Amino acid sequence: MKYLEEFQNPELARGLLEDIRAQVTRPWALMEVCGGQTHTIIRHGIDQLLPEGLELIHGPGCPVCVTPLEMIDRALEIASRPGVVFCSFGDMLRVPGSDRDLFRVRGEGGDVRVVYSPLDALRIARENPDKEVVFFGIGFETTAPPNAMAVYQAQKQRVRNFSMLVSHVRVPPAIEAIMESPDCRVQAFLAAGHVCSVMGTEEYPVLADRYRVPIVVTGFEPLDILEGIRRTVRQLERGEHRVENAYPRAVRPEGNPAARDMLEDVFEVTDRAWRGIGVIPRSGWRLSERYRDHDAEYRFDVRGITTREPAQCRSGEVLQGLIKPNQCEAFGTTCTPRTPLGATMVSSEGACAAYYLYRRLGTPAVPLEASPVA
Amino acid sequence: MGHGGGGAMSAELVENVFAPAFGGLVLAALGDSATLPVGGERIAFSTDSFVVRPLFFPGGSIGDLAVNGTVNDLAMSGARPLWLSCGFILEEGVEMSVVGRVAQALGAAARTAGVEVVTGDTKVVEAGRGDGIYLNTAGIGIVPDGVDIRPQRARPGDVVIVSGEIGLHGVAIMSVREGLEFGAAVESDCAALNGLVEAMLAVAPDLHVLRDPTRGGLAAALNEIAAAAGVGVVVQERRVPVPDQVANACAILGLDPMYVANEGKLVAFVPRERADAVLAAMRAHPLGAAAAVIGECVGEHPGMVVARTPLGGTRVIDLPLGEQLPRIC
Repeated sequence: MKYLEEFQNPELARGLLEDIRAQVTRPWALMEVCGGQTHTIIRHGIDQLLPEGLELIHGPGCPVCVTPLEMIDRALEIASRPGVVFCSFGDMLRVPGSDRDLFRVRGEGGDVRVVYSPLDALRIARENPDKEVVFFGIGFETTAPPNAMAVYQAQKQRVRNFSMLVSHVRVPPAIEAIMESPDCRVQAFLAAGHVCSVMGTEEYPVLADRYRVPIVVTGFEPLDILEGIRRTVRQLERGEHRVENAYPRAVRPEGNPAARDMLEDVFEVTDRAWRGIGVIPRSGWRLSERYRDHDAEYRFDVRGITTREPAQCRSGEVLQGLIKPNQCEAFGTTCTPRTPLGATMVSSEGACAAYYLYRRLGTPAVPLEASPVA
Repeated sequence: MGHGGGGAMSAELVENVFAPAFGGLVLAALGDSATLPVGGERIAFSTDSFVVRPLFFPGGSIGDLAVNGTVNDLAMSGARPLWLSCGFILEEGVEMSVVGRVAQALGAAARTAGVEVVTGDTKVVEAGRGDGIYLNTAGIGIVPDGVDIRPQRARPGDVVIVSGEIGLHGVAIMSVREGLEFGAAVESDCAALNGLVEAMLAVAPDLHVLRDPTRGGLAAALNEIAAAAGVGVVVQERRVPVPDQVANACAILGLDPMYVANEGKLVAFVPRERADAVLAAMRAHPLGAAAAVIGECVGEHPGMVVARTPLGGTRVIDLPLGEQLPRIC
């Protein structure tokens, strides 16, 4: 932890903030792509410390939030079936489908289990040959390789009762969709470091050129975020639009070749619907033809699902950076983590959840070092 | 499941379902234990149930928890715990040797805490209807004259002290339950705190609030106190003692140490003029050696806990909803 602590050092943070303040001459709007970055920003109060006019717009980078309602309903339907063990990462359990969530399915007797790795789900399949074990494979390029590995292993080890409900998404097409929107205000991107640690940076120069936006690959600790902002602002002030890597301790230009090979083997690119945004061409992955036996969508007949999205929920606009969470009328009133209308309020990386958790009551200013006793 | 997590959902269940059904002024106080007048004395009375899995974990067992949990609930009202009851709910098929080990651990913990198990009960449920062993303990203690410790007594100006490093129990349980290892082994902090409370009361009989931050962690305890007293709490985040292993595990799983359970820690709201003496008394006790001032009680933002982040920003520390869920990436 000493290592991580270095990236939260208040003195170094102060230096970076001073540098940012010294550079900014006019208003700029930056988008942090990843929900993990949003939470760091709000949890540490980084947005409160930036100079006036330098705005952070929260991006669509929360995999739980962008998983389409239809896919959640499909998961709920499969998880409810007798003889199915439905495995998922923890943060999907409270995400609302049209009329319930995975917790509710478990309460109703469904065998829903939280796992920490897709390989845990594979192990459960080996240990329960009489059950159908389904893993909910969601996430960006970060979680896709281990999920691909689990399917690869299932095929290799002939674990026939293991399948995956796949809803993986890719970041670069989402950046394109945001920049193509007529309402787009984004002038630069803090790219998601974890995604780039897998995929490298080669997909980004074409985007930086086409849309004339700086893209700075950024990590997740407070100093990473500040360094990302500092470099982005420097480019904007100079009129540049390059791809920069401010996260070299994790990201190499070529990414992780072994992980990319695994992705290429197991998945194929497909159009994918994003919750609140709509279909983005070539923005997702599905299992490729030769792994179809392990595709839960094919194994379970769950077509013809009709979804009901709450009309008041504006999470789509939040995900595109068009409004801040607290600009939604339902925020903190009809929509809370206890009664979420959308996934952005319930996901641990959701922007609405970050605002509700850390800001919702209008956080009062606390005097610096208001400390009573040494 | 969230209704048992010690967070907002637990509080709703108690406030909306149990309290109206049971009635009574004492329950309305909703402290860790009830303080009752008996003759010229005041007794504290508390009960708790234990459904932990696995039954044995690094640093303790369900038997230790069953004693220490109830002893601590009594101690948090300043009482001197004396007697415990113990109910065993056994699942058909559980090994007798396991029952024996749990009973041994329970007896040893009671001796360490200086309390006696004076009555008990055993029930057996069918196989598949329990996790081996569930325990319930209830306890009685005597509240010394002049001591009045309850959440409603927090006052602006009070200094907030935590007795040591937080998050150890929750991370220890997670590490064995989920088969996760976080580098150095993490042991639960499970311990009886009545001795530490006695040492604190010896220098400050007018302590305002004590609370053991179990399920829901420090965040839940501070929020409950802020709500009960109608005061605000300001926490200096970097003063909160978080051990490296806990910080590491939480960073990996996307959890916040402020919300992770403890079983051998307390948080105290102390009149400002007594803070130095209380802190010294705590640090002189083995269970309070790493005690630290983490913040203060304020008149602003009543009912709300606010943290000053190490970078100089501020954030709300809310009551957790239910259990924390590990994130996807």
